[in-house]
Amino acid sequence: MIMTVVSVPLPVDEQLEIRKSRFCPDNGGNGRRISIVTGIHGDELEGQLVCFQVAKRINEHPDRLLGTVDLYPAMNPLGIDSITRGIPGFDLDMNRTFPGGSDGSFTEYLAARVVEDLVGSDLCMDIHASNIYLTEVPQIRINELHREKLVPLAMEANVDFVWVHGANTVLESTLAHSMNSLGVPTLVVEMGVGMRLTQAYADQLTEGIFHLMGRLHIWKDEEIAVKTPIVSSDSSDVIYLNAPVSGIFMKRKNHGEQLKKGDEVGVILNPYTGRILKRLTAPEDGWLFTIREYPVVDEGSLAARILKNKGERQ
Amino acid sequence: MKKELLYTIPSLYRDDFRIQGYRFGHGKKALCVVGSMRGNEYQQIYTCSQLVARLKKLEGEGLLKEDREVLVIPSLNPSSMNIEKRFWPTDNSDINRMFPGYSLGETTQRIAAGVFEQIKDYENGIQFASFYMPGQFSPHVRMMKSGYENVEKARKFGLPYVVLRIPKPYDTATLNYNWQIWETNAFSLYGSATDVIDEKSARQLIEGILRFMASEGILKEDIENSELSEPRVFTDRELLAVRSKTSGIFINLAEVNQRVEKGQQLACILDAGEGEVTERLYAPADGVVFFAHSKPLVYANTAVFKLLA
Ligand SMILES: [Zn+2]
Repeated sequence: MIMTVVSVPLPVDEQLEIRKSRFCPDNGGNGRRISIVTGIHGDELEGQLVCFQVAKRINEHPDRLLGTVDLYPAMNPLGIDSITRGIPGFDLDMNRTFPGGSDGSFTEYLAARVVEDLVGSDLCMDIHASNIYLTEVPQIRINELHREKLVPLAMEANVDFVWVHGANTVLESTLAHSMNSLGVPTLVVEMGVGMRLTQAYADQLTEGIFHLMGRLHIWKDEEIAVKTPIVSSDSSDVIYLNAPVSGIFMKRKNHGEQLKKGDEVGVILNPYTGRILKRLTAPEDGWLFTIREYPVVDEGSLAARILKNKGERQ
Repeated sequence: MKKELLYTIPSLYRDDFRIQGYRFGHGKKALCVVGSMRGNEYQQIYTCSQLVARLKKLEGEGLLKEDREVLVIPSLNPSSMNIEKRFWPTDNSDINRMFPGYSLGETTQRIAAGVFEQIKDYENGIQFASFYMPGQFSPHVRMMKSGYENVEKARKFGLPYVVLRIPKPYDTATLNYNWQIWETNAFSLYGSATDVIDEKSARQLIEGILRFMASEGILKEDIENSELSEPRVFTDRELLAVRSKTSGIFINLAEVNQRVEKGQQLACILDAGEGEVTERLYAPADGVVFFAHSKPLVYANTAVFKLLA
C-alpha cells in the first residue's frame, strides 16, 4: 500500500509528495516495524535498488512477514527527479534540516512530517551512496553518542565496515541524529557511489536487512548468514588522502583492496603536458575503503580513505 | 593601502583561485572586514569594494590612525561569483559552513583555514552577510548569542537595529561564530539586498562602519552622529513571522522598513493558472516590516514577512 507522508502544493499546479510503501500481514501483524529510508540526497541512488529488492522479496513470500516494513525510496523527490543533491530551489541539503518544525520554512515542515511518521519504528535505516565523487565499501556510520545502542545492530547488517565517528555539532541536523535522539535506532549506511547502482552492494545490504528483520521478529526465515564487519572507533585509525594539487585524478586501486605501504593509490595527471603531477601512495599498510571516482580534483579534494591495519586484523 | 594576496590555489584549467586583501595602516590589528563568501553576494562585494575606495580616500587625507591596522577582503570566493554559482564550483560546499577550517582537509576547509589564520587575531571583525532565504532586510547588525557577543559595541554602528541570533547547530561553522570563539568582536552586517546592487543600502552600511571605526579610535575624526537614534536591540525570536499557507505567485504590497497596522494587508498569493487571489496575508500586529520575501513565486509554509512589533 502506497501512503502519502506529506503533501505540499508547489506554485504551479503540482503537489510535492513524500510517499512510503507499507507492507504488513493481512491481520495487521505483530506491531513491530522497520523503516527503510533513502534518497535524502537526490544524487545518491544505491538505495533505489535496495528498496526494490526488499519489496520484491516480500511480494514473493508474503507468508514470512510478521510485522510492518515501511519503504521510503524518495525522501527528496524533487532532487531525485532533477539530478540535484539538495532540495532544488533552496540549494539546501535536506540532511541539514532535521528535526524540522511545523511552523518553520517549507523544508522544515517536510522534515518535521517525515520525523513524525518515522517515530514508532523499531529500527530505521537511512541509505546513502556517498556522493558523485567517492565510492565507498558498504559501511555504517555511527555517531559516538549513540554507539552503545547502534553498534550491536550495525554488526548484524551485513556491511564490511562500521565506523564510529566523533560527535559534531553540525551533524545534529541530520535525520539520523534526530531519530536517534527521539529513541528510534537509526543506522546510516554509506555504500557505492552517487548517480550509479551497484548490484552486488544492493544484494549484500538486502541480505543484511532481512537478517535484521529476522532479529526484530518482522520476518521469519532460515537464519541468514551475515559478515562480521571491521569496526573502527579511533579517529587516528583512518588516513585521509587529499589531492595535494589540482588536476585530473586517476585511481590505481579499487575500494576494498588491501594496501601495502608505498602502494600507488592514484595519480594526478596534467593532460597538457603528459606528465604526472603527483602520485598518491599509501603512507602505511591498510585497507582502502573509500576511493575517488570523479576525476577532476582541486587542491584539497578527497582522493581516498584508508583504514590502518592493526595487529588483530588482517 | 597595500593590496596583498592572502590565499591562493593553483588550478589546472582556470586562473588561480585568489583571495586578495587590502591592508590599511599597521600595528594593532584593529578591524577586519569580509565581503562576499558566496557567489550570489553581489551587494556584499559591492559594499566592501566601496569601503576600500572610501578608506583609500580617508588614508590619502591622513584621517586613518597610523598605528591601527585594518584589513578588508571584498571576496573570499571569486571562483563562484565569476560563474554565477552560489557555492564552491566543484563540490557545491559553502565556505561559511567551514570555519574555523582545516588546513589538511577538503578544498573549502582549506580556504576557511587559510583565511581564518590571517583574520582571527583582529580585535573586531565585520562580515557583510546574506540570509539563506531570498528576501530584503531592514539594515541591521547581527550577532550570535554565543555568550561572547558585545552588544555595546554593536550599537556604535548607529544602524537602526541590533539583532541577537540564538545559534543553531550549523551556525557553529560560520565565520561570525568562530570569530567570537577566538575572542574577536564579530558583527554581521545585513543590508537590504543580496542579488542586486542597492546603492543606498551600501552607503548606509559604510557610514555605519566608519562610525564604528571612529568610536574605536581607528579614524582620527568623529563622524557626524546628530540625526541618529539609539538602535533597538532584540533577539531574532522576537520577530513575528507571517507565513504563507498556499503556494503560487507572490504579490508583495509592503516594503521593508514600512510601518504597518494590525490587520493591514501585506501581500496576496495568486493562482498561477487562473490569476485569482487564493490567499491574503495580513499583519498580525502593529509593527515595522523587518524582512520581506522577494521572489516572484512562493511556497506554502514560508515565512514571507517578519515584523518587529
Ligand atoms: Zn547522502
